[in-house]
Amino acid sequence: MMKRVFPHPLLSLALLLVWLGLVNKVTPGNVVLGAILGIAVPFVTGPYWPGRPMIGRPLRVVEYIFVVLWDIVVANFQVAAIILFKPEKNIRSAWVTVPIELTSPEAITVLAGTITMTPGTVSTMLSADSSAILVHCLHADDPEAVRDQIKRRYEWRLKEIFQ
Amino acid sequence: MELATDILISFFLVLAGIFGLVGSFGLVKLKDTMQRLHAPTKATTLGVGGVLIASMLYFLLVKGSLSFHELLITLFLFLTAPISAHFIAKTFVQARIKESDLPPTGREYGWSIHDDPPLVDDDRKPDE
Repeated sequence: MMKRVFPHPLLSLALLLVWLGLVNKVTPGNVVLGAILGIAVPFVTGPYWPGRPMIGRPLRVVEYIFVVLWDIVVANFQVAAIILFKPEKNIRSAWVTVPIELTSPEAITVLAGTITMTPGTVSTMLSADSSAILVHCLHADDPEAVRDQIKRRYEWRLKEIFQ
Repeated sequence: MELATDILISFFLVLAGIFGLVGSFGLVKLKDTMQRLHAPTKATTLGVGGVLIASMLYFLLVKGSLSFHELLITLFLFLTAPISAHFIAKTFVQARIKESDLPPTGREYGWSIHDDPPLVDDDRKPDE
């Protein structure tokens, strides 16, 4: 019964917070309206999202967010440097295959999004059984290192979060 | 104090402007679609981020009120930017890149636009 009414408690909470952020004012009326949205939206969209991702380690989520934010800032400077100072012919782009051990669709989505947002990489495609991800590197002297970095910095953290 | 606030806010605005410009310049300079995709997904993140930080600082220090809209913009940006980049990349690969030019998956199945997914029952059914 509870699971039918609240198929995704975290989504409900997120919707409430987003609503309060949108109106930019915390009043009882807004909280009630946000709560109604938080209940109605997951209830209506529930059939399209059958799984129930579990967040195993909330602290790891916070750590992950900061790691990614830091990498985004670093990535911006690296990509800016490549764009501004590297002669066009020296930019060596490469496709890299990253085998992934994550199984939950939500975890793979987060990993793909993270890869796109961080240093010189864009995630392009999954293999048909979603066991490998195709990554395009803007400039990679050593494609192996890119692959190892993705696995070392992001994947194991996600594995701990979503297991 | 007021001067320091102004300098801080201007610093973020200028930083944002520089990164936005670099991102746009990247679109002109880089030579193929996949490379050009890197410029807007990254260099401009800090461009938009800088404006948002400046805006939050302005409301916090000058107007004296906390504003959450900037955090939401960041959140939505982080949700949508990778997805649109993914769409563009996948469409480009499907239309312009030969299967033989891509590296092998190293797994049993090929890339998703060239191979069918394995037939399995989804064991994550909604609760009865």
